Amino acid sequence: MIPTSIPSELPATAAALCTVFIFLVPFAGAGLALINTGLGRSRSAAHCMMSALCAISVAALVYFVCGFAWQGFPGQPAHVVNLGGSSWDWIAAGTFLFRHLPLDGSPVSLAALLGMFSAGLAALIPTGSGCDRWRLGACCASTALLAGWTFPLFAHWVWGGGWLAQLGARYGMGHGFVDAGGSGTIQVTGGLTALAIAWIIGPRHGKYAADGMPSAIPGHNMVLVVFGCALTLVGWLGLNSAGAILFYGVEPVRAVGIAVNTTIAATSAAVAAAFITNTRFGKPDASLCANGWIGGLAASSAAAAFIVPAEAAIIGLVAGTLVTLSVEWFELRMSVDDPAGAISVHAVGGLWGLLAAGFFVTLPEQAASAVGIHASGQWLAQLIGISTLIGFVLPLTYGLNLLLNRFYPQRVASEGERQGMDLYELGAGAYPEFLTHSEEFTQRKI
Amino acid sequence: MKLLGFGLLLAGWAISIAAVAMLPDGVLRTAFVLAGLGVEALGLALAIRAHLDRRSSEA
Repeated sequence: MIPTSIPSELPATAAALCTVFIFLVPFAGAGLALINTGLGRSRSAAHCMMSALCAISVAALVYFVCGFAWQGFPGQPAHVVNLGGSSWDWIAAGTFLFRHLPLDGSPVSLAALLGMFSAGLAALIPTGSGCDRWRLGACCASTALLAGWTFPLFAHWVWGGGWLAQLGARYGMGHGFVDAGGSGTIQVTGGLTALAIAWIIGPRHGKYAADGMPSAIPGHNMVLVVFGCALTLVGWLGLNSAGAILFYGVEPVRAVGIAVNTTIAATSAAVAAAFITNTRFGKPDASLCANGWIGGLAASSAAAAFIVPAEAAIIGLVAGTLVTLSVEWFELRMSVDDPAGAISVHAVGGLWGLLAAGFFVTLPEQAASAVGIHASGQWLAQLIGISTLIGFVLPLTYGLNLLLNRFYPQRVASEGERQGMDLYELGAGAYPEFLTHSEEFTQRKI
Repeated sequence: MKLLGFGLLLAGWAISIAAVAMLPDGVLRTAFVLAGLGVEALGLALAIRAHLDRRSSEA
């Protein structure tokens, strides 16, 4: 259950614990980078890791320059628009470059730190869908747009006291849009950007035959992928706990419950993926199980702090099923080449997590009536958040990236794709001692 | 067609927002939010269709 009042200041113990939880978040980034790299081709492995490093770096810098000024924190200055007789908080009006921000463990400073890591995490997601063909410079420029505009805008609406967060208090919709760990703010925002990138740069050469049938291009290193999954769990434990304490005033002792729910969601999603792939193909598919695991984590973020373990298991099982089926749907039906399954994992998994929060999150009946909000309106608030992600964030991120593509083509030249991104853009491969098979450099006849 | 699809996505979102801002609590608001999501689904289908058409023409 969500506390009905959020403390304006954190007790020292809660602030210290929250800081430690935020320090764990970069593990999620490291895990995602390893997964994206492992699911890509060997001749683009160093480039993929380099893209991840650049995406995190650019995201952190841009977020520092202007992102947090537009994200803000509840109680901070914001631009308000009058709509339908009531004021709507659209964007924060903070100062650039972290000026006037006390970096002293106060809630606003912790929100800035968590936001910086979260922007980096969101920026890593499109590197999975753009694997093997997305230019490094374009990746950096696209990340700047994401971390400087798309992410802070939606983060303000949810975490910065914006209009989505106020749906409960102003319009009686439960507790407003609930997304403690960033199912929507990080995962869906990043996942929809991954879809925009995959649409704009198109599939890898040789992925689709002339009749539209896809050919399998398996990942080059499953050890990296599975190790990445283990790392992401550590990061997600920190992400879900820190978000719940910081933005929803959850007691720090609930961190154990959050960790249990997060773990159960991830494991049940991986089991669901293993079961489905084993049933359909005769053997469990390692890459789809890894996708299921991350999909379960993405789905758990919205409500891990407010549900019981059985509900987390249901969220995970459905997430694992959805992710496994949608990976195939995107590849076969939509002709979207997404080497790391980033769109299915983060966008589909995250959207399911937001919807599930509407079903499972409950408010204490007495406390709800005391502050004049309706517990039953929670799912409507979640639907409006989902509508905003699909109806506003997707066109925004697609439009920004399309505009960028006009001035700075995002796809590498075909020569670079054939040669491998490592040699073409970095001048050296990830595995220089490996033998190169000649067919990798031969244009596929289709 | 893709432009129309993205236009419908924005229109669906606008319907949801308008429902929250202008309609009183109750069934009508819920119905309009769901209608907004329906328009978004239509927009998404158009955008996907446009992408598929472009892919087949490239092939």
